[in-house]
This record gives sequence, C-alpha cells and structure tokens, in this order.
Amino acid sequence: MALFEAKIQEQLKNILGNMKNEVKIVYFTQEIECTLCHDTRSFVQEIASLNDKLSVKVYDLVLDKEKAQLYGVDKIPAIVLLDKDGKDYGIKFYGLPGGYEINSFLGTLLEVSGHKEALPGDILKRIKAVDKDVHIQVFVSLGCPHCPDAVSVAHRLALENPRIKADMVDSNNFVPMAQKYNVTGVPKIIFNDRYELVGAHPLNTFLDVIEKL
Amino acid sequence: MYIYNFKVDICLLLELILNLPLRIFEGFIKEYNMEFNLSAVSFLSEKNFLSIEEAKVYDVVIIGGGPAGLTAAVYCMRKGVSTAIIIKDIGGQVADTAAVENYLGYKYINGVELVEKFKEQVQQFSIAYEEGRSVVSLSDDDIKKVVLDNGKVVQGKTVIIASGKTWRKLNVPGEDRLVGRGVAYCAICDAPLFAGKIAIVAGGGNSGIEAALDLAAIASKVVVVQNLENLTADKILIEKLSKFTNVEYVFKSHVLEIEGDEKVTGVVVENIQTKEKTSIVADGIFISIGLDPNSDFVKGVVDMNRFNEINTDSFCRTSVEGIFAAGDVTSVPFKQIIIAGGEGSKAALSACEYIMKKD
Repeated sequence: MALFEAKIQEQLKNILGNMKNEVKIVYFTQEIECTLCHDTRSFVQEIASLNDKLSVKVYDLVLDKEKAQLYGVDKIPAIVLLDKDGKDYGIKFYGLPGGYEINSFLGTLLEVSGHKEALPGDILKRIKAVDKDVHIQVFVSLGCPHCPDAVSVAHRLALENPRIKADMVDSNNFVPMAQKYNVTGVPKIIFNDRYELVGAHPLNTFLDVIEKL
Repeated sequence: MYIYNFKVDICLLLELILNLPLRIFEGFIKEYNMEFNLSAVSFLSEKNFLSIEEAKVYDVVIIGGGPAGLTAAVYCMRKGVSTAIIIKDIGGQVADTAAVENYLGYKYINGVELVEKFKEQVQQFSIAYEEGRSVVSLSDDDIKKVVLDNGKVVQGKTVIIASGKTWRKLNVPGEDRLVGRGVAYCAICDAPLFAGKIAIVAGGGNSGIEAALDLAAIASKVVVVQNLENLTADKILIEKLSKFTNVEYVFKSHVLEIEGDEKVTGVVVENIQTKEKTSIVADGIFISIGLDPNSDFVKGVVDMNRFNEINTDSFCRTSVEGIFAAGDVTSVPFKQIIIAGGEGSKAALSACEYIMKKD
C-alpha cells in the first residue's frame, strides 16, 4: 500500500523532475524494525521509485557499524543524502520527514542533486570562512509550518562547507533527546551543544551564531 | 493521507518489557495518520528575484511580506514601476494560521499553502527582494530612506508600510528568558510537545481557545487564564472546548510572572479585583492575548492612533506625503486576509499615481 496518494505522487514526480544529478539515499534502520523505522523505509523507497536519479541503500545501525560510523549516524530511523559521487555532506534526517517536513526533505534532495539557488556573495563568503567543526541539530515537529525553513538553512550550510554538519530531528520521535535539550518550542536549533536559537531564522542569523562558537 | 493500522511489533514489545517511560510509546500506541503537507508550488516556480541595490532610488519600497505587502508587490510590478520589497517573515500571521476558510476562491486552504500561492504570484516578476530583515527606521525626506537591521539603506520615491502585527507579549518577568523553554506563541507548532504535560493558555479570545483546543487533546491539564469574567472567543470554539474534562478556567486574572530557571515550572496569576496571587504549576504557557502593530520604526514619523496603528485615509495615504500604509498595521477596521490584500492593492495604485503626478 502506498504511503502517498496519487495526487501527491504526481506532484512529487514533477518536483523530482528538477533533479540535476543522481542522489543516493542512505537509510539506517535495524534488523527488528520499530514501527516508524518501517514507515520511514517505505517513505524513502517510495520516493526513490518516483525518479530514476534516486537510489536507496539500507543499512543496519548495529550490523553495519562501520557504515554508521562513517556517516556519523547514532540513532534510527536516519536518512543520509549523498551526491552523485557518493560524497557525504553531513546532511541527515532523524525521523520520518512527513507533515510539513516533506518540503525540507525535497528541497535538500534537490540541492544535493545540484539544483540550487545561488546565494548572495557576502553570505557565501561567510559560510566558506567557517573553519571550525560545527554540528547543527534542528528539532522540529511535523505539524510546524516554519520548521522546514530552519532545516533547509541548516542543510544548506552543511552543503556549502564540509566543516558544518546538520541534522533534522523529529522531537516527537526522539523524546528523551528533545527533553535533554529542553525542546518545548520548535524549530529549536542547537549549535555544538553550546548555543541555541528558537524559531525559523535566516542564513545570516545562523552565521552570527556560528561565528561566535 | 494514509491511515495506518496499529500493529504491535517485536521492537515495541521489547521496549514495553524493559519498562521505559510510557510517553515514548504514545506515538506508537495510538493509530496515526502520516500526512504530507506538500508545498508543490514553491518547487516549481521560477525565481526572478533581484538583490536590492543601495545606490538605486526605487519608485516604491514595500515593507512587509504578508497579504498586504505581497499584493502591493504584484500591483506595482504589473504597473511597471521599479519596486523593492523587504520582508521579515514571509506570509506574516497567515503562515501561522492552520486553516483559512474565508479567503474567496478557496473553501479551505491552510495558511502556509496560501502564502506559497501568494509568493508564487510575486515570483514571476524581477522584483528587488530581501527576506529575513526588519526595518529599523524610515525618513520622511523627499527621497525616503529605509534603514534595515543590518545597516543597509534602501531608497524610494514612495514607501508602502505593510509590516503587519505580531503577537502581543505579556511583558512579565520570565517571558523573554523562557521563550522556547516553555513560553510559546505558536500553538500549531508547539502544542504537540506538551503531551502529558500541564499547559497554561493566557487569553480567552479566538486564538487562545484555539490553542487550548490543540492542547486539551494531548496535555494532561490545560488552564485558561482570562482577564475578563468570561471568554470572548466564538461560541462554536467555546462549546468545543467545554467537551474536554481536563480544562480549567481562571477568570478575572492576569499572569504576573513566569517561573523557572532552565524551563518553565509554573506561573503566578493575580486576581484583578481581589489582588489575590496564586501559583500554578505548569510546564509551559501559550500566550494568545492579541496583537500589536509593527509600527515602532515609524513612531514620530507618521500619525498613529492610540493603539499605535498608522492612520490612513481611503487612499491608504499616511500623514506624510509619499508614505502609504496597508493591512493590519493601519487603523483600517477588521483585520482580515482579504481586507489586507485589498488595502495592499489600493496602496500600490495610490503610490503609482503619486509617482506619475510627481514625475
């Protein structure tokens, strides 16, 4: 049974038609799958079936430990997006990017495929100048309309600078983690466990925080 | 939408045997619907936006990206005047609205989708566009200078102020410090994070009761604090909320303080008549006590009413020649999407006429 209705499938096909190059979706689960892991696997497989440029590789968090380490995956379900050359930009989705988050998933997918809007020169210069390891975690809830913007910004930063890694984390699926970071409002953005932003902020605000790290 | 059949899988059983906190399973135990709120238009439309040039004097500078500002942009571009638009939050309040059912042409549309459609219509034009910036000041010279929060100066022969309104703060101790740590303004975003928790809702109007409805379905307890002796929300909403048994009401009271170090632990409310103070233990507070106009940056420049709304005439003219205003930031009664859109078009046509007569 399909996860997507026919109408959404059609729209997804159109959107994925904008992909420039191949993208490999790496999906981490475990041998005995949790309900959401199973759903997330269906999600990536159904999306991948809509465009020839997409492929899926499924790994097991425990059995494929070295792969999990390679991509820095520490919990499931996890989705990692690799470009046509198999390059890992440090872009991850923890949880099923459903609800509004489908938009950030597609946006990031297109960007990894090479279909991306040019950034203003001054912003790009600031991103490229970041010379320390930055880990951004964006906590979302799937019913939050602003959250995809925050996720897209974080992933774009990761795409432009190898020192920056960015995760989407579904707060309602990773509850203990959300509690650890006191997430009671989304999007909540955690930078290297040191600074946080609440709300969908633009690139320049993300950079203001990163430059303080 | 795909209706999911609940199934107990081995993973879940194992977790149950290990006796982990029950809240982890709430999402699994009940049947759930995985919905996809796809904004297809935002992926398919061409973006022709230009960046704003500081050296250029634009015919029209629009401040705001809600229905008023975006409508004004479409009218200006179609008239062929050079236009710059400065947007802090695209869509404004519409983007925070779950359902819109009174904007003609759509029997039902969700707020984000409507904003996408507005934006799509603007995207066809090569308009000078800046998003994520707010305006800090505006001069009333012949050539208006609009100063942005990053120091950038945008010049215009005319300006249309369509900066809208923002949720009013309580302005009580603890509020700013605990934003995102239990203090919330967007119920559709943050209510799901209060499963099994105690939440306060400040405000008994439509937005307050809508927030309380979202929360009552999942929180262990909801306390509505209202400064008047009854709720002012629409009857249909009040009736819906009265069906919940986990909702309490505190009338004729206001919030004095929000307590908590790392996160909200409770609030102090005061009865307005008796001055009696009560502490309520809570994990969070949703603030829905109305809206304030975003007009601080033009205080002393244009005339305003006592609510700090910009006074306009029927041509959307303000007290300063060449400065127009439209939408929720103005004194025009009834704040509605369709009214803001109409006012935005009026302001654009007035600005274009003003430029034509002047040149």
